[in-house]
Amino acid sequence: MSVIYILLTISIIVAVIFFIAFIVAVKSGQYDDSYTPSVRMLFEDELIKEKPKTSKLTNQD
Amino acid sequence: MEHTSCFHCGDLCDTSTVLHDEKSFCCQGCKTVYEIFSDNDLTCYYDLQSNPGTTPQDIQGKYDFLSQQNIIDKLVEFDDGKSQIVTLYIPQIHCSSCIWILENLNKLNPNISSPQVDFGKKTVRLQYNSEHYSLKEVVILLSSIGYEPYISLEDFSTGKSHVNRSLIYKLGIAGFAFGNVMFLSFPEYFEVNEFWLEQYKPFFRWLMFAFSLPVVFYASSDYFVSAYKGLRAKVLNIDVPIALGIIVLFLRSTIDIMFDFGSGFFDSLTGLLFFLLLGKFFQQKTYSFLSFERDYKSYFPIAITKITKDGKEQPVQVYDIKESDRLLIRNEELIPVDGVLIKGNAKIDYSFVTGESEAVRKVSGDKLFAGGKQTSGSIEMEALKSVEQSYLTQLWGNDVFNKSKEDGFTTLTNMISKRFTIVVLSIAFISTTFWLFYDSSKALNVFTSVLIIACPCAIALAAPFTLGNMLRIFGKHKFYLKNATVIEQMAAIDTIIFDKTGTITSNKQSTAKYEGATLSSSEEKLLKNTLRGSNHPLSRTLYALLEEHDIITLDQFEEHLGQGLEGVHLKDRIKIGSANFVGKNTETALLNTAVHISSNNTYKGKYTFYNSYRKGLSQLFNTLKKQYDLAILSGDNEGELENLKKLLPVRTKMLFNQKPDDKLEYIKYHQSEGAKVMMLGDGLNDAGALAQSNVGIALSENVNVFSPACDAILDAEKFNRLGDFLGLSKSAIKIVNWSFMLSLFYNVIGVYFAVTGQLAPVIAAILMPLSSISVVVFTTIATNWVSRNLK
Repeated sequence: MSVIYILLTISIIVAVIFFIAFIVAVKSGQYDDSYTPSVRMLFEDELIKEKPKTSKLTNQD
Repeated sequence: MEHTSCFHCGDLCDTSTVLHDEKSFCCQGCKTVYEIFSDNDLTCYYDLQSNPGTTPQDIQGKYDFLSQQNIIDKLVEFDDGKSQIVTLYIPQIHCSSCIWILENLNKLNPNISSPQVDFGKKTVRLQYNSEHYSLKEVVILLSSIGYEPYISLEDFSTGKSHVNRSLIYKLGIAGFAFGNVMFLSFPEYFEVNEFWLEQYKPFFRWLMFAFSLPVVFYASSDYFVSAYKGLRAKVLNIDVPIALGIIVLFLRSTIDIMFDFGSGFFDSLTGLLFFLLLGKFFQQKTYSFLSFERDYKSYFPIAITKITKDGKEQPVQVYDIKESDRLLIRNEELIPVDGVLIKGNAKIDYSFVTGESEAVRKVSGDKLFAGGKQTSGSIEMEALKSVEQSYLTQLWGNDVFNKSKEDGFTTLTNMISKRFTIVVLSIAFISTTFWLFYDSSKALNVFTSVLIIACPCAIALAAPFTLGNMLRIFGKHKFYLKNATVIEQMAAIDTIIFDKTGTITSNKQSTAKYEGATLSSSEEKLLKNTLRGSNHPLSRTLYALLEEHDIITLDQFEEHLGQGLEGVHLKDRIKIGSANFVGKNTETALLNTAVHISSNNTYKGKYTFYNSYRKGLSQLFNTLKKQYDLAILSGDNEGELENLKKLLPVRTKMLFNQKPDDKLEYIKYHQSEGAKVMMLGDGLNDAGALAQSNVGIALSENVNVFSPACDAILDAEKFNRLGDFLGLSKSAIKIVNWSFMLSLFYNVIGVYFAVTGQLAPVIAAILMPLSSISVVVFTTIATNWVSRNLK
């Protein structure tokens, strides 16, 4: 019968973990700038494309 | 001549095209930036966006003050001796290429690490190795690629800003508690007398109690504080009934579960707070790249070059400038204090101060006022006053700048709330008295029920959602408001006052009219070609106005600084410039700027420049005159009076030669007669008037450039839509009133249940979100509907 206590405890712990994750995210400033990351995300491909180029140059040097 | 645009910055390459790498550039500066990028394999910059760049400015010697330790200490966020972290404001950030290049700064110099751009705030935060690199070098590197940081006196005196995130925490807590309490109270809604549910009822209830604790004691703290402040000031603001509702909800629910009367109202309590905070969050739209609180500090440099007694140049902090100090003002530098010109060719651009774009010429011995920008070469001056005592900065000593506008203003919601609270309290007492005689066991139940159900959640949401939504709609149309209450104040305006220069006239274009002997086509050709070589603003304007001619190569070209131009082609010689320069002595003092022309030493005539008024000006004034009193306050002379009379409706008042203080006093006078004044201005000289007016709007050609402290910033190209914005703010107030009616309707239903003693928690839990959501839906649809024509 006391299984409900265990279940409730687990469910609340899970909820609290997510809540803490939220607080930590806010505290780290994740929500301060909501635009730049959306643009930055698209740059990753460009950077990879460029790396071989740079290395080629240094080889020539 | 075919117009090609610069590969780097996109400007037209009209005077001198620089070809490099099969690409054309408008100037050497742009070419250099391109070279820097291509040498470091950063040409990706040009793939992301075409013509993303900005031309680098000449900054030689400008940042010498950044080598001073006390200034560095104020600017850097973090310093452990080995590395420093600094956040720099760069107004030029405008596209994804900018983000990309700035976040790849470490490729340009290995001493820089982890640069991070905040696009909204237009800042870049970077770390650099302070043992091998300095702040000055960082700034110079940024400037050399066209991203010159803006460092002003404000950065020096305010220090680090602190981000307040408490609202988002509160919202998170309320949402978290709301969700969990809803789950826990769900079984009780159905009143199923199931054995296990009955068994665990107390446990579930106490769990709900636990979840509501942080909501009551943390998330709702703002409402208690505000209600307390309101009561102390003897004002029944909207937070009074809300705070009362929260207290009653919490106490009644606690008593209910303690003595097993029922399940309590924890679901309504947490839901109420969640919706209220959501409304607050929604209203709190800020434009982080704009600042509405600027004073002279954000225009002024941190330091300037001082010439010591033994003739050495030394950077000195602006606040440390004393009377009779000798100062060196370089090209494009701002004059920080009032003083006397000693040496050099001064052409002072007072556009920061007056909005007037034409530079003023000064000769040695003339007085210079703080706030002007030197535009040709460097000058030496002697300080007459310290920064705080200068003519312009003294304006900020006026009381207007020290009081907040919101204080003397009762919002619509608070006006309703006053009557509402009184009505609710009387209903509560009357019904309780009735039940005391009829069935005294139910009296307390009825009393608390009335206060719970009447908690004005929907009323409190009506204004934030309507005004917040309107704020966003205005923002999309380039009209940026400081906060939502500005809309309420705008709706109450009955007088509109305009500044002239820069506000109803455009800074960019001006028109010129030619008077004198007609120029032959060869003379015109020579004139146009001579102007081609000059970068003086008047030459550029005149060049753009003249018809196209073939390009000829001049045999001789000379620019006499501050006087004029001289061009020779074959046998023809042309002189363009001031009256004295071309050899004509004028006795009559002219009110308008003019450029004189002589050909082969015979005087030909002059081009007189007129302000060009913004598009749709007279149409706007004619629409506005029906509802508002209009006036124009100008710091200029009366040169444009006749022109304005033709353009504007007859009843428009026009005052000229107004000093900043006069403008402020004029508005104060009208306000004392009961007028609600809106002021539109653009320069620092309007700052006092903008602060004094009920709604101060700064007009800006480029919203990223600085504008004085104000309630709203309007993009100049939307100037002719001002009438629409005013109309919409009135509609917004109507929508708020309708939403009040809607929420009162829900309250009447709720009060019926409460007064008759039938308020079950489930009814409260249905009515409360229903009323809130329907108010939110109504206001959102209504605001979008009224603004559908705003394009």
